Amino acid sequence: MANPLRAEVIRLYKNLLYLGREYPKGGEYFRDRLRAAFTKNKSVQEPEKIKEMIARGEYVAKELEALYYLRKYRAMKKQKTQSCLLVDGRPT
Amino acid sequence: MSGRVLVGVKRVIDYAVKIRVKPDKSSVVTDGVKHSMNPFCEIAVEEAVKMKEKKLIKEVVAVSCGPQQAQETIRTALAMGADRGIHVEVTGKDYETLGPLQISKIMAALAKKEEAQLIILGKQAIDDDCNQTGQMTAALLDWPQGTFASEVSLEGDKIKVVREVDGGLETIKINIPAVITADLRLNTPRYATLPNIMKAKKKKIANMKPADLGVDITSRLEVLRVDEPPQRQAGVKVETVEDLVSKLKEAGLV
Repeated sequence: MANPLRAEVIRLYKNLLYLGREYPKGGEYFRDRLRAAFTKNKSVQEPEKIKEMIARGEYVAKELEALYYLRKYRAMKKQKTQSCLLVDGRPT
Repeated sequence: MSGRVLVGVKRVIDYAVKIRVKPDKSSVVTDGVKHSMNPFCEIAVEEAVKMKEKKLIKEVVAVSCGPQQAQETIRTALAMGADRGIHVEVTGKDYETLGPLQISKIMAALAKKEEAQLIILGKQAIDDDCNQTGQMTAALLDWPQGTFASEVSLEGDKIKVVREVDGGLETIKINIPAVITADLRLNTPRYATLPNIMKAKKKKIANMKPADLGVDITSRLEVLRVDEPPQRQAGVKVETVEDLVSKLKEAGLV
């Protein structure tokens, strides 16, 4: 792997590993797939292709953040509206 | 406004965890359970950081009260963009009885000490659902309050707050200094990514005790019992509409 890109790839891996801990199907599930995806492309040499894959990895990171946010938002909204429904029986 | 914003952040049991009540019904099981920042507090931090990014305010100070682990919550706030943190150490029995009244006394004392111009809090915590701390803090400081804020904008020396209330949306304009409590739709909090967490390690967290602020944290409340909600009754399936009507009549609902 080209030297400056090596650091970027490692940083991306660590970031995804950290983000994946909260994955709904379990941190281990995510970690196994993350490792498989990275080792599959271990031998790629061209900087262009590496940059492309890094961009894809960053896209996955953004998708994870959005997933977590939506989950939390929906759970909070459900909690709040459910308690309102129970209070006076009328939908709010 | 050139000022400083205090943001209160609370360490609560994570929203996705299934809550268990202790067998002695004294409280909820917290040992070994995943904790994280109260989601409404995340929204409060995000709002403060956004204001700083727009250069409307100078400094964001994250405050949390509790045992040693409360520092993790402050670190998350720092990773989201707060400048420094204040950890008010409360442990053991005192921590178990710590509630909105005590927190609002601490926040009021800190607001005076730090000369804050704005306090942003989450509207309520997901563990106690009190929805009191913001209001009490404003009352103790005799500051105006903009609660259930779904939109906040600074206009000169006043703040315009759009509040989400049962009847719809209410827009108010209040003087600074003020207390704002954040509602769900105020903003989308950013995720504290690993690089940001690393950077936040350099930021300072000051340590102090409630006594240092001259605050008395004795509780006026005593928890008598904690129970799980009643089990949902299984539904009953009926074959025809007549059956349904007769069942409703039996239950006295028609």
